[in-house]
Amino acid sequence: MKHFAALFAALDGSTKTGAKTAALADYFRTAPEADRVWTVALLTGRRPKRAVTATELRLWAAQAAGIPDWLFEESYAVAGDLAETIALLLPPPVTSTDLALDQAIRGLIQLTGQPAEMRRAAVLAAWAGLPPTERFLYNKLLTGGFRMGVARGLVTRALAEATGVEDAILAHRLMGSWDPSRLTFQALIAGDAGADARPYPFALASPLEGEPDTLGPPQDWLAEWKWDGIRGQLITRPGAFALWSRGEELITDRFPDLAPLADFLPQGTVIDGEILAWNAADGRPLPFAALQKRIGRKTVPKALLAEAPARILAYDLLEEGGRDLRTQPLSLRRARLTAILSALPPDLPLALSPAIDFPDWASLAQTRAQARNAAAEGVMLKRAGSPYTGGRKRGDWWKWKLDPFCVDAVLLYAQAGHGRRANLFTDFTFGVRDGNELVAFTKAYSGLTDAEFAQITRWVQSHTLERFGPVRKVPAELVFEIGFEGIQPSPRHKSGLALRFPRMLRWRHDKTVADIDTLDSLRALFQAER
Amino acid sequence: MADPVLTFTERGIYCPLGDFYIDPWRPVPRALITHGHSDHARSGMGRYLATDQALPVIRHRLGPITAEGVAYGEARQIGGARVSFHPAGHVPGSAQIRVEVAGEVWTVSGDYKTEADGLAEPFEPVRSHAFISECTFGLPIFRWEPQPAVIARIADWWHANAAQGKTSILGAYSFGKAQRLLAALPPLGPILTHAAVEDMTQVLRDQGYPLPPTTRVTPEVTAKTHPGALAIAPPAALGSAWAARLGQVEEAFVSGWMALRGIRRRRALGTGFVLSDHADWPGLNDAIRATGAERVFVTHGYTAPFRHWLESEGYDAGIVETQFTGDDAEPAQVTE
Repeated sequence: MKHFAALFAALDGSTKTGAKTAALADYFRTAPEADRVWTVALLTGRRPKRAVTATELRLWAAQAAGIPDWLFEESYAVAGDLAETIALLLPPPVTSTDLALDQAIRGLIQLTGQPAEMRRAAVLAAWAGLPPTERFLYNKLLTGGFRMGVARGLVTRALAEATGVEDAILAHRLMGSWDPSRLTFQALIAGDAGADARPYPFALASPLEGEPDTLGPPQDWLAEWKWDGIRGQLITRPGAFALWSRGEELITDRFPDLAPLADFLPQGTVIDGEILAWNAADGRPLPFAALQKRIGRKTVPKALLAEAPARILAYDLLEEGGRDLRTQPLSLRRARLTAILSALPPDLPLALSPAIDFPDWASLAQTRAQARNAAAEGVMLKRAGSPYTGGRKRGDWWKWKLDPFCVDAVLLYAQAGHGRRANLFTDFTFGVRDGNELVAFTKAYSGLTDAEFAQITRWVQSHTLERFGPVRKVPAELVFEIGFEGIQPSPRHKSGLALRFPRMLRWRHDKTVADIDTLDSLRALFQAER
Repeated sequence: MADPVLTFTERGIYCPLGDFYIDPWRPVPRALITHGHSDHARSGMGRYLATDQALPVIRHRLGPITAEGVAYGEARQIGGARVSFHPAGHVPGSAQIRVEVAGEVWTVSGDYKTEADGLAEPFEPVRSHAFISECTFGLPIFRWEPQPAVIARIADWWHANAAQGKTSILGAYSFGKAQRLLAALPPLGPILTHAAVEDMTQVLRDQGYPLPPTTRVTPEVTAKTHPGALAIAPPAALGSAWAARLGQVEEAFVSGWMALRGIRRRRALGTGFVLSDHADWPGLNDAIRATGAERVFVTHGYTAPFRHWLESEGYDAGIVETQFTGDDAEPAQVTE
């Protein structure tokens, strides 16, 4: 893994995009071919199946390091990363193995499903022979989550530099499912495998800060609701019917209620839209929580299919009759999409995401204010003349979300974060007042500056009342404004409520625990939303 | 039972029979100081006692004070206590303080490291009944590489930067770490210093510590006048206007905390070199064992888990709370 370790060191040791791209491009030119394919796979979020559970790893590592389990857990809480904790805890290597990345991953694939004793022996042998950085990377292969601080765009740019194939074409060829254990680097770059069901890179919107007047004449723009579902790309091609999530997960089988679409959509059609759980009686989406019940399940029981039937609201057409439409203007793509949809039987779970008519920006602002009535999060603005560009290209696609709900709440528990936030208290549990008691009602992790997190960390360290493993109980003194997008009843939560996208909006230095909101005021928000 | 040799008060560690404090954080009549870092040597004490080697830095930092120096190993009688100072290996002049009352010996480690760094007087274990140990890095994830390996890596980095026409800037604590680097690095090119580092270096140079020549960064000093230079500056100067004047630069931070990738990434500096003036996990355990002490008090660092660990190893262990850090290390602000 020498090449891969050197690449990792170069990427991790730099914050400059130029230096990272150069290091990657150099790697794609010089590393062993089989390793390159795995590296592309890892950097684009594909990972080998887990051969070992996290529990097994903790156990074996503590034994190998000769420390008790509780000390392993204390160490993990400080390092904030399992792979790193293990790499740091193990005694220095006794032998020196030169294990290629390809070899290491194939070894792990073969271990899958083997008896624990055999897997343990293989992992211990690898640990004993790898230098620290390689050991850390090997552990990352074992634990899955691979983040090297490299955005997808940077990977394709470096590949383009190394191979001479155009950036946008490569971005498309890397999409969808391909098996790094069976593909050569040449075949990957040439886009040979998996073309039938391959999705296009998703176009992403940027948040619109402030008012839309700055965008120019309203007639240049198409507006529609911003739905709160999952983004999906639906593909019907000869021999392929596929539904992809934005995270490039193939989710066709999780939505059997969408399967009839395969029989009715013309071959060579690719639709970009939102998958929603649908309330047919009201003709509007169910809350996200209803869809969430379905997302995690590979097979969906009948009762759930009836309770939360899926529907796609389509907003863009990327391919028609096998022809790539992405360079055509949005207005034309919408017209073609409308034509295709209007030719379908009326009871299919697929419909157009309707355009919102607005003569001027003020009228759109009024419509946006009604988004919650439409079970939407706000409105989307897309430039009518724009092509469909993969990735987040500022200027053509904007999301103009509603202002969040907000409540003032008090910090009750704090826990250290992971990764970049290791060793810093960043994961908080907040409470509101319920009579004379404080009731925990949400967790939140984001929204404050590094300086504020550092300040709170010092405060937590000197005000800890009780420790429950990595969690610290603190006096109910610090008040924060918590923002969230939605609120739902939830029997699973002690407070009886679940929030959507909770985060900290502000640290309210000016408020004390006497000023915080009550559980009743939260319930009132829920009633109002319903 | 007789009075304990040392007690833990809100002003700091106190010896009732000698009526003195060790590294107190509030003004007291008589203070024994382990070393010159500002969280150990504070202003406002009636009288100071420190090693002869530590005093110049303390005087430089605190201005006019009433202070007396003592040689390493030289015993002094203070009231009913016999005290002596022994090398701690932390920074030049740093000491552990041994306090003996009626045959019972307690030793306060101050800050220490067990690896000889070529500049600070090397750590010497002191046989004791009770040992009060820092534990800044008191978890088994902290294990230092030998100094020569780290220095070689820093030298390679400097060399590579110079070859690209860049100035290398090392962020390092201005007293201790900075001079340790100066003494250990090979002479690959000119070495520049930030004013805070240069002042401290000159104090130590005047004492006779072997330190190479350096150039203080002034407005006249640029990448043109000193191509391929290495600059040493306090961590706060990294990424600042001070660094910008040195042309195209590469910056790196030198600290034990750089062992943790999360902290390295949070500082967004990219490069970090793991080199500490505090003992690592094996160092702490070896040092404690070498004292022969049965009672160990831990302070400054991961005190809760480290105490738990020592108890499981059969020690009678306790925690000494310090004023500023509660029961945790302070990695939110890396100052080591």
